[in-house]
Amino acid sequence: MATLRGSRLYSLLHMTTTIRQLPADDPAQVAAFEALIAAGESIEPKDWMPARYRSQLTRMMSQHAHSEVVGMLPEGNWITRAPSLRRKQSLIAKVQDEAGHGLYIYCGTETLGVDRFDLFNQLLDGTAKYSSIFNYPTLSWADMGVIGWLVDGAAIVNQTVLAKTSYGPYARAMVRICKEENFHKRQGYEICTVLANGTPAQRAMLQDAVDRFWWPSLMMFGPSDTNSLNSGELLRWKVKRKTNDELRQRFVNLTIPQAQALGITVPDPDLRFDPETKNWVFGEIDWSEFQQVISGNGPCNRERLEARRKAHDDGQWVREAASAHAAKRARKTEAA
Amino acid sequence: MASAHDADDVGIAAGEAKAGDRPVAGPSRGPRLGAPLVEYLLRLGDDRLILGHRLSEWCGHGPILEEDIALSNFALDLIGQAASILRLAGEVEGAGRDEDALAYFRDGVQYRNCLLVEQPRGDFGDTIVRQFLFDAYSVLLWEALLGAPHAGLAAIAAKAIKEDRYHLRHSSEWVVRLGDGTEESHVRVQGSLDRLWRYTGELFEADAIDQGVAGEGIVVDHRALKARWDQLVDEVLDRATLVRPADGPTQRGGRVGRHTEHLGHLLATMQSVARAHPGARW
Repeated sequence: MATLRGSRLYSLLHMTTTIRQLPADDPAQVAAFEALIAAGESIEPKDWMPARYRSQLTRMMSQHAHSEVVGMLPEGNWITRAPSLRRKQSLIAKVQDEAGHGLYIYCGTETLGVDRFDLFNQLLDGTAKYSSIFNYPTLSWADMGVIGWLVDGAAIVNQTVLAKTSYGPYARAMVRICKEENFHKRQGYEICTVLANGTPAQRAMLQDAVDRFWWPSLMMFGPSDTNSLNSGELLRWKVKRKTNDELRQRFVNLTIPQAQALGITVPDPDLRFDPETKNWVFGEIDWSEFQQVISGNGPCNRERLEARRKAHDDGQWVREAASAHAAKRARKTEAA
Repeated sequence: MASAHDADDVGIAAGEAKAGDRPVAGPSRGPRLGAPLVEYLLRLGDDRLILGHRLSEWCGHGPILEEDIALSNFALDLIGQAASILRLAGEVEGAGRDEDALAYFRDGVQYRNCLLVEQPRGDFGDTIVRQFLFDAYSVLLWEALLGAPHAGLAAIAAKAIKEDRYHLRHSSEWVVRLGDGTEESHVRVQGSLDRLWRYTGELFEADAIDQGVAGEGIVVDHRALKARWDQLVDEVLDRATLVRPADGPTQRGGRVGRHTEHLGHLLATMQSVARAHPGARW
């Protein structure tokens, strides 16, 4: 822990306490950097970048990677109970894709000069954030459909825009990941379609899952623009290309017709179509719930981190054995 | 505990039922099995379904992210193989059961997997040792079945052998790493090997079902298979600095539905959603 706290990374990830401690950037270099961004050029690992740009990307990319890895748990919860062999296979494949995305983005963060094992420690000691949606429990098989449809759907709306982010390695990772997420979303929606056309119990299961996941899905886009601390700078540097509220609205507009096609409702009595703006206007998000979940008091925050820690602790002897064996082999090769 | 007293407990007076009313002597002491080829395919399919299920329990809980991915991959391969084999078993049986009916609506005593694959996943060492012992057997078995005169089975063997050869390479490497890693890993994995060894004998036993399918041209020389397995396993254990356990009494019974208690719990989980909604489509 001492070495971790002493690392450069630790400070990078603790934006709120360390922003002021970052060294001031050379104004000429900043101007050249911003000109590149304005011209629509992508920023590559070896390019000069402001310390704030590097730290913001490290924060965003590591949070994204953590979300993929923690996100394996709520869906992994139903792998052993999937009701057909085909569904079992596609759910395993989906969770496996999430592990792959996590690995891919962790590797992407290394282009910013950080070590993925250090980032992983941040997740385990509870100081790093991940998407709050994964702190909700999965209570029925229908959740596997609804998570694919709503949660992956929301992620796609976010990530499609991130695929045009100014940092090259992240943008390229997003292009690839979006393709797989689209597949997951279709798969999830297909599960929902089958349930919607199934027995009364299956339809009820679907409606219940939507009732539980609707608002948390809207919260996935983060705080509203008026309360989003990081947004201004991120938009200027084209790390983000749209605001949280713009993306949230886009998601609702895309999703409501899909809910109508399924013949289910969303739990919002204030929802209405505005013919002038052509937007589906939705009710007020319960921001106190959002704050509770991101500050560690959601229904499964503890369980998710404990599961990650347990996997890590249980795997300690395995990782030590692998290193020890690799060292033995290296010594043998040297001696030969 | 007189027997007359026991009979009174269930409301039947001793001697009340007359001999000859209903036969009480069963046909044999052995289990009642179906047609040989159906039974044979169920054995192949159930081994892979149950092992795949055990591997899938690791998803999200592996020691490193790369192993989450690898174990999920093996689970996918094995469940995919199981689905093909069970579909074929259902077709051969001709009773209108597909792979899902066979997977989700048979009870434990109707399952035909070996005892090795149903043991709990344990720690990573248990999982890897079990995988290695099974992979080595599976690769050799598929080699023998490649030339089977049953076109469906031969096609499954041709696909599965490629997958299983990769599994074997991966599990062998891990056995060596863990055996020849740290003192702790060596002790742990030797313990896994010692505990699981008694379930390996069952893999190589031949019975009436094997004789039955031999009549259809599906012939596996179990002795030759065991000799090659011994050689393969010894070679890896040697590299891993592990001691091959002595061949003690074998635990058997899975092939005829006499399982360990672990299978019932696995199936209770696996079948819970499907059985709560009989007739539903998913």
